[in-house]
Parts: sequence; C-alpha cells; structure tokens
Amino acid sequence: MLRQIDPDVVAAFPITPSTEVPQYFSQFVANGQVRTEFVAVESEHSAMSACIGAEAAGARTMTATSSQGLALMWEMLYIAASMRLPIVMTTVNRALSAPINIHNDHSDAMGARDSGWVQIYNENNQEAYDSLIMAIRVAEHADVQLPVMICYDGFITSHSVENIMLLEDDLVKSFVGEYKPQYSLLDKEHPVSMGMFDLPAFYFEHKRQQAEAIKNAKQVLIDVQNEFAKISGRQYGLFEEYKLDDADIAIVIANSTAGTAKDTVDMLREQGVKAGLLKIRLFRPFPADEIVKALSHVKAVAVMDKAEGFSAAGGPIFVDVRSAMYGKADGIKVINYIYGLGGRDVGVYDVKRVYDHLQTIADSGQIDNLYNYLGIRE
Amino acid sequence: MGKMIEIRWHGRGGQGAKTASLLLAEALFNTGKYIQGFPEYGPERSGAPLTAYNRISDEPIRVHSNIYEPDYVVVVDETLLAAVDVTAGLKETGGIVINTPKSPEEIRHYLKDYKGKVGTVDAKKISEEELGRYFPNVPMLGAIMAMTGLVEKEQFIKSMEESFHHKFATKPEVIDGNMRALKRSMEEVIIS
Repeated sequence: MLRQIDPDVVAAFPITPSTEVPQYFSQFVANGQVRTEFVAVESEHSAMSACIGAEAAGARTMTATSSQGLALMWEMLYIAASMRLPIVMTTVNRALSAPINIHNDHSDAMGARDSGWVQIYNENNQEAYDSLIMAIRVAEHADVQLPVMICYDGFITSHSVENIMLLEDDLVKSFVGEYKPQYSLLDKEHPVSMGMFDLPAFYFEHKRQQAEAIKNAKQVLIDVQNEFAKISGRQYGLFEEYKLDDADIAIVIANSTAGTAKDTVDMLREQGVKAGLLKIRLFRPFPADEIVKALSHVKAVAVMDKAEGFSAAGGPIFVDVRSAMYGKADGIKVINYIYGLGGRDVGVYDVKRVYDHLQTIADSGQIDNLYNYLGIRE
Repeated sequence: MGKMIEIRWHGRGGQGAKTASLLLAEALFNTGKYIQGFPEYGPERSGAPLTAYNRISDEPIRVHSNIYEPDYVVVVDETLLAAVDVTAGLKETGGIVINTPKSPEEIRHYLKDYKGKVGTVDAKKISEEELGRYFPNVPMLGAIMAMTGLVEKEQFIKSMEESFHHKFATKPEVIDGNMRALKRSMEEVIIS
C-alpha cells in the first residue's frame, strides 16, 4: 500500500513488529518501483523529526513504528500534530516495556491518544490497507491538516497471511491525488515560519484551532469513507456495529479481537442470547454522541481495553465510553475488561465469559465488579 | 459460519514449519479459499519447539486467536513427540501426520492412542534425496494435503508451483527439487 501511495519521503527506524513495513518498502525504493526518498535514521525520535522536516517542506511523508519506537517519538508526535503536519504513520501495536515484550496490546498507541494525532484502529489487514489509503485524504484535508495514525495488531494482524483485496495502482494514485500543501517552507512565493515561539497572547488560540481541526476530522473521515466505498465496494463507518440493533448485551472493542468476538456473538445468537458488538475505528477524535446513540438500547455493556491505563478507574476506551454515556444513557450498566496484555491469547470462549458476565448483570440489574481482568491468574 | 478446517504445525526453529504454514495459506488462497497462516512467535531460536497455524474456509475468517481444537496436526520433527503434547485438543474426526521413517502402527502408541487418522512420511529421506539438504517442511506440506484432501491434487500441485516461483524468484534452481519432494511425499505418505 505504501508502494501504491508512493509518498515523497519515508523516514523510519526498524522495530518489531513494524520492521517489515520499512523493510519491504526500502526494497521498492531500491528496485525503483517508487520515487520516494527513503531516509534511514538512527532512532525513532530522528525518524519523526525527519518526517516533520520533510512534511514542513511540503513533501507527502509516511512512516511506521511500534511500542518503544512510538514511545521514543513522544516529544515529536506533539510537534507534528501542533505544527499541523499531515504525516501518516502505521502503528503496529505492541506492548510497552518493562518487562520487555514483543507481542500485541494497545498500550503504545493508547499512550499517544492525547498527542493530537487522529487515530484509526483496524481489525484485519484489509481494513488496515483501506484505512491507510483513506488516511492520506483525511490528514491532508484543508479542514484537518493533522497527522493520522493507522493502528493494527502486532503479529496477529501484521504477521498473519490472510485474504486481501488490493486496489489497482492507478486507482489508489488517483484516489490519494497529488499533494498540494497549503503552506510549505519551500514555497518561496508565500513564505511562512513554522515551529515558532508562541507567547500566552496566542498559544491558547492556536490550541483552540487545533482542537477544531481534530473535531473536523470526523466529518472528513465520513466523507472520505463514502468516496472510498465507491471505488472499493467496502463501506466503513466511524465504528462498526455487529448485530447491535436488537442486542440486550454488547461489548465495545478495538482491533483484531473484534473479529474473534463476532464469532462469539454468532455462537451466542444461535443459543438465543441477544449479544451484539461495537467495534471502535475512529478513536481520536472520539465519536461520543454516535457511540452513545448506538448503545442507547442495550441493558449492559462491557468496554474492552487492551491497555491498562493505570488510572485505577478503568482503561482508556472504557473511560471515554462511560463518560460519553453519562447523562445521555443513564441506567445502562457499563463495565470494563482489561484483556490480552503482552499478547495473552484471547479466543472465542474467552470472549464468551465477558458476555456471560454481562448477562448476569442484565438479569440482576446489579454490577458486581466494575473493573475486570479477562482470564487473569490471581 | 461455514465449516472451517484448522491445522496446527509443530516444528523446531529452522525447519521451516512457519514457512510451510505461510506457503499452505498462499497455495490455498490461489485456489479461491479463505485462509489464515500465522506462527506463534516466541523467543525463536534454532532448534526450539515452535507452533504455527492454518485456518481454511469457504467463507471469510474473522477469528484471530491461536488454535486449540485443530482438525489436523503436522509434526515436522519426530523428537517433538517426547517434548510436546502434539495431540492436545486434536479432533478424532481429523488426523495427524508425522515426519518419521516408522509406520503409523509403530507411531500410534506415542500419541496417547489417538483414535483419528495417523499418517507417516520419511520427509528427511525425501528432502535429502531431492534437495540434497534437510528441509522437511515442503514434504510435510505434501503429506498433510494428501491426508486432508482439501483441494484436488493436481490443482494443489499447480498452485504450489506458482507459490514457489513467487517465493524463490531469486533462486529458481531450488524450485524443481521442492516440487519433486512435494509430489513424492504426497505419494509416499502412509495413512491408517
């Protein structure tokens, strides 16, 4: 997909499990299959710094990372977003150290949720491919001009061979179009300064504008997804509802385990249980009103987090969903499950335990445990 | 949800079990199936036990977890029989195929009297004779396909040839040997 997009600049540093993204891409560069300037750097901090420089110069810029790599980019993530640079990054989700662990959870990307990047989570390789193509259009849109992070699960998605429908090269190229930055450092006719010192007189207003920009990303994503459906036949929403319309109990979940949970839903439906699912796609900005509306008829909801937020008050998706429901969907029982940290495998029957718990809560009207850890030994 | 076939591979690091699962996925993808091929990544090192998986279905596959109740198991290294519970969760309607010069009768008692189909093939001998080196994964791929009959034999061989041309684009000289090893193991595997 990077080859089809053919960005002007890719600056990246390898880290498991995102290594293959720059690795295969650098072969395309070496083979002359793309015109991209590939910048090999000495760290992820430098990778994001190089991306910022390239994007500020007016180049369409992309990169990829995981885990500690994303953590090392922290400082520069905020600068990319606050300088309104539409960099697109593939984040192959992996647990954070310590202890060191190469496997999947969402603690890396969840830690970057407040950095000002648009975040889109993806269930499988098809969705990740489609989202990455759409991300270019969202990031560069005049109403947004913000970096976008495309997240999918390390190893589970990144290293699994699965069926995928690719679009023709020409179709992708015409969909993403040519990048015409509104402002760039190399535009001599319209000189601008970037990354300037900003005093109390204006900093607050700049942050307000940035907040407006990420708010705009929601409608822009809707429009881009509708346009993408016309060329691909694949229609995406801000989130996905699976058998949620008439559900009594539901889970909210992001990335690959959403697919596993759909099989659990089907199994429960065969047993007459009205189970449903809401899969998070757009997490930043958070489509709060739409999610509340989609959940407004259920009796009990479990929000699943593949990251421990260490707030002692629930994981990051739980906090957002529950806060969104407050005052708008009162009476619905909402609980939190932390699951799969450090790559702990979660199967169809593990997810069933969550639905069984929800059924008990729906029947009794009482929440026994608000915060739960799926399959933990203690 | 349609009928899905699940396969678990047991091998040792360096024997190509992971590659075999990815090759199987690609070959069956070419025949129009929905597929998954993925290894269980651990602290990989040469010789250490590792597991890889395949799912094959006529409908899209959504589940993304390891496989606990496989229809079929492939054991790429006979010595694993003493180290790993290879028949754990294995369905008795399915089968297990093992790289060994022994017969299925001789091997069955190492398998906790597993009641399903047992297949054996001397992948070491085939590999050394056809490739001149010990790469048991391709012969084992042939053996498991012979056992499952998931796709018609000629179609599978044609599809594997396409996959080899893709995988070995930079060293086409190994394609013929691998094709011979694949076909031989499909013929020589003993199933009872």
